[in-house]
Amino acid sequence: MKANFKYNIFWLAVMIIGFVAIDACEFLGIINAFIENMLVTIGINIILATGLNLIIGFSGQFSLGHAGFMAIGAYATGIMTQTIATPLGFYLSMVVGIVIAMIAALIVGIPTLRLRGDYLAIATMGAAEIIRILINNLKITNGAAGLFNIPPLVTWATVYVLMCLTTIVTVNFIHSRNGRAIMSVREDEIAAEAMGINPTRWKLAAFVFGAGTAAIGGSLHAAYIQTIAPGDFNIMASIAILIIVVLGGVGSITGTFVAAIVLGALDTILQNFGTLRMIIYSLALILIMIFKPSGLLGNWELSFKRLGTHQRKEQSIHE
Amino acid sequence: MSSPLLTAQQIVKNFGGLTAVANVSVHFDQNELIGLIGPNGAGKTTLFNLLTGVTPVTSGAISLYTDQGVQSLNGKRPAEIAQAGLSRTFQNIRLFKELSVLDNVRIAMTNHYQEGFLASIFRVPKFYRTEADMTLAAQKLLAIFDLTSVADQPAKNLPYGIQRRLEIVRALATKPKLLFLDEPAAGMNPEETADLTRLIRQVQHDFHITIVLIEHDMSLVMNVVERLYVLEHGALLAEGTPNEIQHNPAVIKAYLGDEA
Repeated sequence: MKANFKYNIFWLAVMIIGFVAIDACEFLGIINAFIENMLVTIGINIILATGLNLIIGFSGQFSLGHAGFMAIGAYATGIMTQTIATPLGFYLSMVVGIVIAMIAALIVGIPTLRLRGDYLAIATMGAAEIIRILINNLKITNGAAGLFNIPPLVTWATVYVLMCLTTIVTVNFIHSRNGRAIMSVREDEIAAEAMGINPTRWKLAAFVFGAGTAAIGGSLHAAYIQTIAPGDFNIMASIAILIIVVLGGVGSITGTFVAAIVLGALDTILQNFGTLRMIIYSLALILIMIFKPSGLLGNWELSFKRLGTHQRKEQSIHE
Repeated sequence: MSSPLLTAQQIVKNFGGLTAVANVSVHFDQNELIGLIGPNGAGKTTLFNLLTGVTPVTSGAISLYTDQGVQSLNGKRPAEIAQAGLSRTFQNIRLFKELSVLDNVRIAMTNHYQEGFLASIFRVPKFYRTEADMTLAAQKLLAIFDLTSVADQPAKNLPYGIQRRLEIVRALATKPKLLFLDEPAAGMNPEETADLTRLIRQVQHDFHITIVLIEHDMSLVMNVVERLYVLEHGALLAEGTPNEIQHNPAVIKAYLGDEA
């Protein structure tokens, strides 16, 4: 119990130090608007990719529809904050977005999660397209033109705090009885079922949870960028999140963080190269996939708990 | 005679035109060790799959006798049947390979511990208590079967014999009333088989459960079981004690063919 407390305090300290560091750089003028934009994009991508990693890496279900749930969050915020343009209105809209996204995930998940592999990927991709086309044709969402002048209710600090919160919630969820049940379904569905675990239920739990985090990312995106259009949430947006997950390592939250930061930085640095940018970016992806097919970190996870016991473990493996 | 635990009456399974299991009636009693033998393709594993709900029966009734009365298992999903107290191992080992030995066992305990979604997310003290309880129970079980030293290793790293043992431990972690073992000695050397024989006896003795065993290794079967069912071509050929079965002409014929 005491060790757990120490461990939690340690992580809290890491998060506070990160916050203070960014704040100091901002104050000293090291971070300009351009860099800040990059940091916020990275933060939002981490939120989105962590949720998708839960679905792909931990429950083993290949979903290509993450941008659909992100769109629900974004539009909930875009529409609601135009009438209630206060921070409270923003958080309210975020909650509404999460709830709608989760309900949508339930409706999509119950029939599609019976499918496996490629079929599930296609079905979730279709579901995301349905969401996008609905948004494209509704009056309230202003159709294909999208929404603009969304009140800027989000700063980098909001994104940072929410990034920390969603990560904590996701990691806590994974490292629990529920998370283990989800991973057992990924490992062997038939065996999990024979152990009394209902695979459909746990796959659905992961899927719905992931959709909720996608909605958070969407809300932040809408309030920070201030303009959204249905085209922002097409299949390419889903794939962009997928790239972060696969590149960082399927089943590694640490990897998701690293990949989101590396790709975000790479994207910003390569802006100077004009059109060459897309070639270098693609090349980097191909090289990583050739030399590290399991992603940058595989399923390795940063853990302060483990550092102490590492030595002992190494020995027992060599015995 | 002891009271019955699970009965299957006239169960039939057709795969298209093929009858894999035809009109088989079996009963497994409390705290009994039963063997299920037969030539390859006799329908032994299919019978296991029918009883554990992996494949639904075409017709027939499966009933479980519990303290609350008789419960029909027809049409239930495997997870529900597992929760009702039937656990199993698999012919081709199905462990959660990437997960640690400890996690393999803790996963099997999922249904015996309540841990709310919110409790796990907000890490309330109750969460740590439940986790500690679960871990302790799993470690105890691992200690009984001499697996403590490998508790932190991924299941895939274990040697074959140990993987088989872990699968039995995992099945026991669900607190079953009835344990199905599907060819536990397959691919084992004589020494490992002898270990397994001791293990099966120990499990039945310590956990007071019914064990049903599919096995081709006759040294193991004849050694441990109290009663045997012999299947051939999906039908029940004989039933009796090991001694009776060894001298049953129909069984000898099924295994060795007609006397010339």
